[in-house]
Amino acid sequence: MAELQFREAIRDAIDEEMALDDGVFVMGEEVAEYNGAYKATEGLLDKYGFRRMIDTPISELGFAGIGVGAAMNGLRPVIEFMTFNFAVLAADQIINHASKVRYMLGGQVQVPIVFRGPNGSAGQLGATHSVAYDSMYAHFPGLKVIQPSEPDDAKGLLKSAIRDNNPVIFMESEQMYGLKGEVSEEEDYLIPIGKAKIKREGSDVTVVTHGKMYHVSKQAAAQLEKEGVEVELIDLRTIKPLDIGTVIESVKKTNRCVVVDEAHPFGGVAAEVGYLIHRDAFDYLDAPVARVTLPDVNAPFAKNLFDIWLPDAKNVIDAVNTVTYRK
Amino acid sequence: MGNYRMGTPKKTASKKTTEKKAVSAKPGKSEKIHLLTQMIRIRQMEEKTYEMYTKEKIRGFLHLYDGEEAVAVGIIENLDKEDGIVSTYREHGHALIAGMSMNSIMAELYGKAEGCSGGRGGSMHLYDKKTNFFGGSAIVANGLPMAVGLAMAYKMQNRNSISCCFFGDGAVDEGEFHESMNLASLWNLPVLFVCENNFYSMGMPFELAQAETDLVKKANAYKIEGAAVDGMDVMAVYDASVKAINYIREQKKPWFLECQTYRFRAHSMFDPERYREKDEVKEWKKRDPITTFTSRLQEEGLLDEDELNEIKKRVAEEVEESVEFSEKGTDEPIENLTRFVYSDEPKTLNKSK
Ligand SMILES: Cc1ncc(C[n+]2csc(CCOP(=O)(O)OP(=O)(O)O)c2C)c(N)n1
Ligand SMILES: [Mg+2]
Repeated sequence: MAELQFREAIRDAIDEEMALDDGVFVMGEEVAEYNGAYKATEGLLDKYGFRRMIDTPISELGFAGIGVGAAMNGLRPVIEFMTFNFAVLAADQIINHASKVRYMLGGQVQVPIVFRGPNGSAGQLGATHSVAYDSMYAHFPGLKVIQPSEPDDAKGLLKSAIRDNNPVIFMESEQMYGLKGEVSEEEDYLIPIGKAKIKREGSDVTVVTHGKMYHVSKQAAAQLEKEGVEVELIDLRTIKPLDIGTVIESVKKTNRCVVVDEAHPFGGVAAEVGYLIHRDAFDYLDAPVARVTLPDVNAPFAKNLFDIWLPDAKNVIDAVNTVTYRK
Repeated sequence: MGNYRMGTPKKTASKKTTEKKAVSAKPGKSEKIHLLTQMIRIRQMEEKTYEMYTKEKIRGFLHLYDGEEAVAVGIIENLDKEDGIVSTYREHGHALIAGMSMNSIMAELYGKAEGCSGGRGGSMHLYDKKTNFFGGSAIVANGLPMAVGLAMAYKMQNRNSISCCFFGDGAVDEGEFHESMNLASLWNLPVLFVCENNFYSMGMPFELAQAETDLVKKANAYKIEGAAVDGMDVMAVYDASVKAINYIREQKKPWFLECQTYRFRAHSMFDPERYREKDEVKEWKKRDPITTFTSRLQEEGLLDEDELNEIKKRVAEEVEESVEFSEKGTDEPIENLTRFVYSDEPKTLNKSK
């Protein structure tokens, strides 16, 4: 195991896949000479040169679509968005092309492309820089969606994403790039897409989460432990395909579940997981599934409003207390 | 001080007349001193926001306008109060010259309820209905189509105002720029497109982003007339915008103005600036729009040392007051979190003319 920052795990994953396959290349704003707006591609220009490290103008729709074309024609692009908040400009190519083209063409083509970058909020940046888009992309057949929470998951999953023959949306967080964690040094370390991970075992309540909210939930679990409540903490890691099996197994044991999701509530991951639990484990539930999400409100800038807007450990604890009828 | 646009309202009849007179191309002493003062107001305000950011009074992203003051001042001063202005996330200067109070800008940066947007938007989303400042925006190029839409509303309602849209060289990279230019031209809409070409979009040099770096040629390709101007020279910008605004009002067509300028500070507060040489910055600083214009006014005998010091002193007081105002600002009550997601105001009727 080696201790790496999240951004280093990302970089290593790309580096290893680039070394392995000449068709893998990186394209996006400030990825090469600037080493990435958040330094997730540091050093890769020096190693691979301008042929495979491509700085683009601020043309999200253009370079996303160019990536799709290149992927349909034999390459394996890794497209970086400075944040998924800017990928909305590229939505036509991701949604109308990448997700659909294989199906529409009767399986004649495949689109092995990764779209990656930070997702969700990152402090007081205002409404247009704070949206969590994971559920939105998960809505579309043809796309896979990954959002890891720790460096180890990031490395193993990004390598798998780059090798996948489908369009994969790989989401990170500005606020996690500096996060350190032990990362496997196993050669060719791959984590299968679509596998959740139980990161803490517990018998009282299942908390299902992913991405940045994993850390909020972990904090809550530590606090609840002091109060004698044992949380089983499941990090989904992949949103689509969703590993509902792991969740159901856990709920059958704990009989209670809280889903924590950094997105607006309507039609989000929390809504989907909640439905699937009711479908597959209704008889095991001792309380309705609870969810902790953003309110149905755009991100405010003012700190006091932002702080209550974003889910925190206290919100998770309150939800756990509700489903365990403790308060 | 100076919280008005100098432009036509002072010089022409009331806004009820349908035809607006051409703006004056010959500013006198007091107007020139006003232009200088406006640039100094921007500079001092920006330097203070920098300081307050380092003290963590201001959070989030902060993009400063130092070095580019001549563009906002040279253009906005020629606009009417009713004209709409659209800008980017580097918009503190435009907002100030549009006529917003420094207090309301600073308080917004602080995220206080007294800010122009009640603390909801922050640095990148200044907005003020009273002065027709239709906002900064944090998404590159997404102000352009909106500005064309403002112009469409002016035209459809015979309001005889124009919309003025500021954007960076980086916005030219986006499709929204091209679609906006084409539609404004195709539909003869009164838009002044102002590209603030500071030769970088974050770390990306302009010449690596555009195959055709002659931006006026791009405008011409859409059948839009335009010009490129030295954006470090406030009088050059002023003259160019007089011509542009008169053209738009008379011809009822868009105009494109490229202002070549330079940002003295980093892109934002998180930019190590490894993409440009210190010497390059130094060279451009020799063309500082404020110091060069100050010298020119002094050479012309229009400004003496005492007057200059007096201006700087008054501006410094205004800046200090804006900080005090913001420090004393209040937080919006958290019960208000869900306000303004939707409108529940009653519908108003547009009467046909
Ligand atoms: C659609 C979109 N893509 C990327 C960004 C990130 N970004 C913010 S400012 C900027 C550079 C813009 O440069 P330019 O338009 O030249 O304006 P300047 O900052 O030089 O004033 C970039 C890439 C963004 N805000 N929006
Ligand atoms: Mg620029």
